[in-house]
Amino acid sequence: MSDAKVTRDGLEGTRPGREARLWSQGAELDDSGDAPNSVRVGWGAGQRRQRRRNDGEFSSYYGEPIINPPVWGERDIAGYLFAGGLAGASSILAAGGDLSRRPRLARRCKLCAAGALGVSLVALVHDLGRPERFVNMLRTFKPTSPMSIGSWLLAVYGPLNAAALLSDVFRRAPRAGRTASVAAGALGAGVASYTGALIANTAVPAWHGGHRELPFLFVASAASAAAGFALIAAPAAESDPARRLAVLGATSEIIAEQVMERRLGMVAETLHQGKAGRRLKTAKALTVLGALGAATLASRSRLAASLSGAALLTGSALTRFGLFEAGMSSARDPKYTVEPQRERLAAQAVPDPQA
Amino acid sequence: MNDLLNVLLEGSADPATSSGYEEHPPRMGFFTDTSLCIGCKACEVACKEWNQVPEDGLKWTGNSHDNTGGLGADSWRHVAFVEQRVQIGDREPNFQRAPAAGGEAKDGFRWLMASDVCKHCTHAACLDVCPTGAIFRTEFGTVVVQADICNGCGYCVPACPYGVLDKREDDGRIFKCTLCYDRLGVGQEPACAKACPTDSIQFGELDELRVRAAGRVDQLQDAGVVEARLYGESPDDGVGGDGAFFLLLDEPEVYGLPPDPIVTTRDLPRMWRNVGLAAATLLAGAAASFVGSRR
Repeated sequence: MSDAKVTRDGLEGTRPGREARLWSQGAELDDSGDAPNSVRVGWGAGQRRQRRRNDGEFSSYYGEPIINPPVWGERDIAGYLFAGGLAGASSILAAGGDLSRRPRLARRCKLCAAGALGVSLVALVHDLGRPERFVNMLRTFKPTSPMSIGSWLLAVYGPLNAAALLSDVFRRAPRAGRTASVAAGALGAGVASYTGALIANTAVPAWHGGHRELPFLFVASAASAAAGFALIAAPAAESDPARRLAVLGATSEIIAEQVMERRLGMVAETLHQGKAGRRLKTAKALTVLGALGAATLASRSRLAASLSGAALLTGSALTRFGLFEAGMSSARDPKYTVEPQRERLAAQAVPDPQA
Repeated sequence: MNDLLNVLLEGSADPATSSGYEEHPPRMGFFTDTSLCIGCKACEVACKEWNQVPEDGLKWTGNSHDNTGGLGADSWRHVAFVEQRVQIGDREPNFQRAPAAGGEAKDGFRWLMASDVCKHCTHAACLDVCPTGAIFRTEFGTVVVQADICNGCGYCVPACPYGVLDKREDDGRIFKCTLCYDRLGVGQEPACAKACPTDSIQFGELDELRVRAAGRVDQLQDAGVVEARLYGESPDDGVGGDGAFFLLLDEPEVYGLPPDPIVTTRDLPRMWRNVGLAAATLLAGAAASFVGSRR
């Protein structure tokens, strides 16, 4: 420490050791002989959640999130992820029912698709900060924005869906109705799948990290939901395809989630913690139970079919709400943003021979 | 589609040209030299005054002198305050502690202060994902939200890798720094840079700022401040370089900045491909469920 004083006559006293000694990592110290490891580095500020990066941990700014967490309402947007998937996959089952002459399966799936789409549209508009400006969604066509593509998809899919349902219910223009139904089924696949890119195309660690798997996970979840509805609503004689789709969907969903978890690395813990963890665990159990029920008892017992269907529907909804919550919690904690980026930088860096 | 996407996403280091401006002024930006910041928050005040940004809660955070919290709809400049208890050898700390009796004073303390702002990325995720076209690229290469178009869908909020944009709750729309587009249009510098008493916030042509910043880093490093580094100046980083970049004295995350931000739409071509594959898989799976199933 200096005992120097600035006086009227100038500087008095000595200022020892003024040669710059540096406080940071890798500091080239002057020849005073202090070992570099006596220099401490990289404290983030404050007491809360402060950890030192050079201890292999990360530092943060008072534990504040780095990205701004989504402002989407859970009921609206997680609800839309579920309802949109249910609508899309139901349209596919309806088209299949039309093409394979299963009229009751087809009509009930069309009703489900229309209902779920109606709920979706209300939820989407309700979530806007300025709902009266919802039509601005169709102001541009932007392939760089899954939300823009999704809006156009819904704008075409919705009327087709309605046309297919109205033609069926009022028994008018059967050929046009069938064409509309098949077209709605084809677009329905897109509706069920694009929501994966919708949430993955963000900086939210748990969502963006799963951008390869989320579309597959979402179509699988949509398939098991639509199959679940068909198990409840369609007569057993016509619901064999639904039972098969339920098993297919549930199996693919579990596989896709496993692949995604492996890819997410340390961010995967957000899928197991807290509310998200509870939801996803319950979802998995219900999906497996529902698929087992669909594969075994559902063809023989009306009650078993309904229970399996309800389990599949609930499982799919919980999957969406669970993944939504996992994304929110990964956005709120800066470590899920910082640590994967640090790992990426470390992997890119040329290995340090001294390290 | 992927070709189109690449054109839309890659752009070039000259975002105004790739956004369709044939003749345009040079790209303008900020160089925020945090080694000069004294934490006066004049930038925050000037920004709020000029842009009529509403008050967003008078609350004590307990986080040093930072009662702003972070960037958001109602904070377009945010001064971060970091208190570090570091041993700094014999270099004099800002605040000295009396040496323990007989012992050597080894305890040190330093402030880090930094005025954060929208980065006006070369590849701006918020602009890419905005479904209404409310967010646009100006002729100065900056990124601005048009309040008369924004419908508050909120997609840009989690898309931004820096956590800049947010929704103004009582309004419903999204707001962020405009780099004082209105002032630039009449040849004025942005309010924050104008108000900054130490020139920690420097406004100018981005090319010139980059040269100036490189010189400043050299100067600091020659003076022994080896931890001085630039953040966001490189056109090779994950967002193609920031229009507003920084000189930092510690790791970015210490200031609440992401160490290696990447524009999310870089992965969008693969996402679209997988969306297509997933949709085809769903159709195939459904077809397989129908073919050969019992009546």
